[in-house]
Amino acid sequence: MNPAPHVAVRNLSVTVRAPDGSPLRIVDDVSFTIQRGEVMALIGESGSGKTTIALSLLGYARSGAKISGAITVGKASFGGAGQATLAAQRGNRITYVAQSAAAAFNPSRRVIEQVIEPALIHGTASAAEARKHSMALFEALALPNPETIGSRYPHELSGGQLQRLMAAMALITRPDLVIFDEPTTALDVTTQVEVLQAFRKVVREQGATGVYVSHDLAVVAQMADQILVLNRGKVREQNSVKAVLETPSDDYTQTLLAAAQPVIKAAVPTVAPTAVGAAPLLSIEGIHAGYGAIDRNGCAAHPVLTDVSLHIGRGAAVGVIGESGSGKSTVARVVAGLLAPTAGTVSLDGEPLAASLNRRTREQLRRIQIVFQNADIALNPAHSVGEILGRVLRFYHGSSSHQARQRIAELLDLIRLPAGIADRRCDELSGGQKQRVNLARALAANPDVILCDEVTSALDTVVREAILELLAELRRDLGVAYLFISHDIATVKALCDEIVVLYKGTRVESGLRDSYAAPPFHPYTDLLISSVPELRTDWLSSVGPQASARFAHMHESAALCRFVPRCPVAVAGRCDVTPPPHRAMTAGNTVLCHRTESELTGS
Amino acid sequence: MSAASPASRWRGPLQLVAKRIGLAFVTLGLVSAVIFTISGLLPGDAAQELLGQGATPEQIAALRSEMGLDRPALVRYFGWLRGIVIGDPGKSLVANMPVADIISERLPNTLVLAGLTTLFAVPIAFLVGIWSAVTRGHAADRALNIMTLAMVALPEFLVATIAVLVFSVKLLWLPSITIVPQDPTLVEFLRAYAMPVMVLGVGVIAQLGRMIRAAIIAELDRPYVEMAVLKGVSQPRLIFRHVLPNAVGPIVNAMALSLSYLFGGAIIVETIFSYPGLASLMVNAVTSRDMPLLQACAMLFCATYLFLVLIADTVAILANPRLRQG
Repeated sequence: MNPAPHVAVRNLSVTVRAPDGSPLRIVDDVSFTIQRGEVMALIGESGSGKTTIALSLLGYARSGAKISGAITVGKASFGGAGQATLAAQRGNRITYVAQSAAAAFNPSRRVIEQVIEPALIHGTASAAEARKHSMALFEALALPNPETIGSRYPHELSGGQLQRLMAAMALITRPDLVIFDEPTTALDVTTQVEVLQAFRKVVREQGATGVYVSHDLAVVAQMADQILVLNRGKVREQNSVKAVLETPSDDYTQTLLAAAQPVIKAAVPTVAPTAVGAAPLLSIEGIHAGYGAIDRNGCAAHPVLTDVSLHIGRGAAVGVIGESGSGKSTVARVVAGLLAPTAGTVSLDGEPLAASLNRRTREQLRRIQIVFQNADIALNPAHSVGEILGRVLRFYHGSSSHQARQRIAELLDLIRLPAGIADRRCDELSGGQKQRVNLARALAANPDVILCDEVTSALDTVVREAILELLAELRRDLGVAYLFISHDIATVKALCDEIVVLYKGTRVESGLRDSYAAPPFHPYTDLLISSVPELRTDWLSSVGPQASARFAHMHESAALCRFVPRCPVAVAGRCDVTPPPHRAMTAGNTVLCHRTESELTGS
Repeated sequence: MSAASPASRWRGPLQLVAKRIGLAFVTLGLVSAVIFTISGLLPGDAAQELLGQGATPEQIAALRSEMGLDRPALVRYFGWLRGIVIGDPGKSLVANMPVADIISERLPNTLVLAGLTTLFAVPIAFLVGIWSAVTRGHAADRALNIMTLAMVALPEFLVATIAVLVFSVKLLWLPSITIVPQDPTLVEFLRAYAMPVMVLGVGVIAQLGRMIRAAIIAELDRPYVEMAVLKGVSQPRLIFRHVLPNAVGPIVNAMALSLSYLFGGAIIVETIFSYPGLASLMVNAVTSRDMPLLQACAMLFCATYLFLVLIADTVAILANPRLRQG
């Protein structure tokens, strides 16, 4: 019909005011076109301008930003040169799916009101038609109870459900262009697969034209036809997905591709998994912990951890993985003494530690350090790097200011930052630099163990790789041990020699890294591993629909295997009746499951 | 539509509200003890005040025992508390008539003044707050900000004095004291109340307007607002359908504070315009050491304050689906 591209962007630039008042181009002379029915991916790290470009397609600029250039979407254009302005098409012909649906839904209104609101305010359907259409969309998006789910409030729904409801909201007006802005970034991998499958199905069924913004090449490979690689507001490469993945021409694209599959070159030092029989450095034995009031039996009102044990040898790296709500951060909080367990002990070098922080000795505190996920929040923005590190040195080592200065220089060298940075304030540093300082703060105490709580999760892939590299080097050079907490199994496998899988506060599997290379796994581990998107376009199709769980109707129970309601291989008469045993597999891993090794290998 | 039955859906919020009511009564009980203790600490007592400097100690002692002031403090406290609970706060020591009568004579005046001021000031405060929030950082917002700041900073007696100077002395438009004639016409009524309402309203508009602005701006920065804009939601709909329901909690609490001020804190306005309200009654009770009247007024102000805050909390709970479904 019409050979003209559906979306045409020419010489798009977006300018903001830098803190010093000078204009700063965050999007610089970007041009691209999208044919009707195609999905274009905008990929890049934070600061690449990808979200800014996506928003400008809606004629929208965040406060203070100025758009210049020409954009046409169908018959509308930016600035009103076409039949309508882009801004007038917002929510009608051009719609948007935001990154965090949990935050982007209005907390005080029912979901259905919000889903059909675009149709009502733009007059594309009557309320009754819109409701009917929304139910069809809910069904297509594989949402449970499509007739009634809309009458709930956002806080009653899970992140994955909200993200799909938001897609329904974007499709309710049968738009010409849908913009997906990192729609699965905030989700657990296992949820991400379901949401991606639902998205791809509706996008194809509706023949919608799409823009898919993401930092994750593997995710994009499943969703898009074309990829636009961005870096610092400039286009680095534009090509079909296949070409970008297989024959990337730009060196930045190659860096991105390499970082997507973290393989740590600084080699994982084979610090022999501590001489067998030697007492571990840090032992966690039978920890139960939770939040809220503690009842007469010593159980917390909201139990989080149930009977979790793990051991870390001197210089070892133990990974703890699990989805949100698995209790992995609670493990770190218990070890650090931030949360007193209701049962169980934490011991350091065989000596039991007091449950709470203020009854531990300063020496004990020094030997266990914690590094939090978000350096932005963990570091005091009013202090310079030197002050932050100096405080730790004075507190634990009583260093004089001269000694401290010397040690700070050493620490900065250790984390590969220039010594001059000591005088800079943290908010002047980049995300990666801040995370290095965050790490240096822990190192300043000369700890034996560092508890790393999602330390790489908020970082871009390229920066993440560098931090992992640094962690591996520090371990090799200083012999420090890690309890490394992450939701990302690829990261954990890259860094750790031993991995513990948590599911809803129970340890479902533990073993050396190599045992995670091939089955037998716990069914949950299996799900985690198979949910990690791979860098090939047919991955999502090959995953297929997730095998349905037999006991999906059951409520999770502390007395049984907690995974039963989601388990595709649960056995009637066993899994729904008795608690599972810890089984030792020949590969050395231990699995909390009723299924035998041969059964798990086959599944 | 919802899975939960109507009865169980309301159990959570009702429990929360019941808890708040219980807490309000506990607070009131504590406050009664504090009021009683503090009023006992005031130097002198009614007997002394009534008889004046020339009285002999015997005369004072006789009047004291007649008034029951010589009984032990605890006995007097529980006797008084019982009276409060059954609605009889005792007899005024000075006017020699039931406190309940004195208060019920003044209460309507205070309610009319507070009510009129609320009707006048709250809508304007909303207007100021919303307008200021949506034009955040622009000229209109800055102008409103300077205005409200000035209004907060100006002491009430100054505003009242200036108003009297301008409207009564120079322009001769309005009476300088508030005397409402029997069976007033609407014009008479409005003319009588115009100045006290205006003067009281200035403070309320400024305080409440700033609170509303802050509450709305806190919401405007949240991602759901950007999402609504990207859905093509118009500005009025954005404010009234999306933002205000989420900002209700802080706003109703600010309103409760303002209204309780109007009820018991209008002392300066009452004095300047010679208006017979409760606040001046209480001040008179302090100067004449009329403890039963003073204590009754204090309890009344406290109860009103707690009641308003209770209503604000209830509204905030009902407006928040998370709390509502407890």
